[in-house]
Amino acid sequence: MFGRLVLAAVTAGVLAGAAVSVVQQVTTVPLILSAEVYEVAAEAAGHAGHAAAHAGAGFGFDAARVGLTVLTNLVIGSGYGLLLAAAMLLIGAPVNLRRGVLWGAGGFVAFTLAPAFGLPPELPGTATAELAARQAWWLAAALTAAAALLAAAFARRPAWVIAALAVAALPHLIGAPHAEPVGSLTPPELAARFAAVSIGVAALFWAVLGAACGALMSRLLPDDAR
Amino acid sequence: MTRIAADAGRPVAVRPVETVTAALGALLLGSFLLFGAGFAQPEAIHDAAHDGRHSFAFPCH
Repeated sequence: MFGRLVLAAVTAGVLAGAAVSVVQQVTTVPLILSAEVYEVAAEAAGHAGHAAAHAGAGFGFDAARVGLTVLTNLVIGSGYGLLLAAAMLLIGAPVNLRRGVLWGAGGFVAFTLAPAFGLPPELPGTATAELAARQAWWLAAALTAAAALLAAAFARRPAWVIAALAVAALPHLIGAPHAEPVGSLTPPELAARFAAVSIGVAALFWAVLGAACGALMSRLLPDDAR
Repeated sequence: MTRIAADAGRPVAVRPVETVTAALGALLLGSFLLFGAGFAQPEAIHDAAHDGRHSFAFPCH
């Protein structure tokens, strides 16, 4: 069972990761490279920043960089695919390609929209609060939203749904950690375009992942999930 | 549709140990992959995953 589950999840993840890799190269990645030009220029002008790690990487085609980004996407795709497939198996409701798209929409809301509500997708060089605090808030927003969506879709008692929604609202009531608005290295127009485009790309990713997971998991559910 | 009849009355939460174990194993493996690609901070991992992290809106820097 574990082997079949992992095979289905990783296959779906690789499909979604590969699809999104192509789209990223003409959407989000050019904006990241543009932002690094500003970042590197600002550092050259004497500002402190973390641009040193990326210095020189923003110019021209870098096959190793593209390869590592594709690899990262395949790993992220497989990781989210495993979470999605495991959730499908634990819930045990029948799935297929079309129901899978709904599961994917849920993943998009939980892992893209909910965290983005407090921490918008950011370009390199954006002024931000401490990393660990943002990572913790991101996780809290995503996991509580995922739990609330699962409760809304599958819980039998309304009380559970209300409780899960209340918990999911907590990170947003507390508020995400933000830096003082001291000015970022990247132009706000670029940052706004990046936020919109990366949320759109994530929607595509989750649609493909959900559809593929639903189609592949239909062989494991509900027959084996009794 | 025959499945629904066969499953009638069976609580959704009660599943064979093998199924639950497989699902928990997949949750662990998936979390491990996402932690490595999205959250781990060693510089080599961060630099390799940099563009992917920004594109997926993981907090990066």
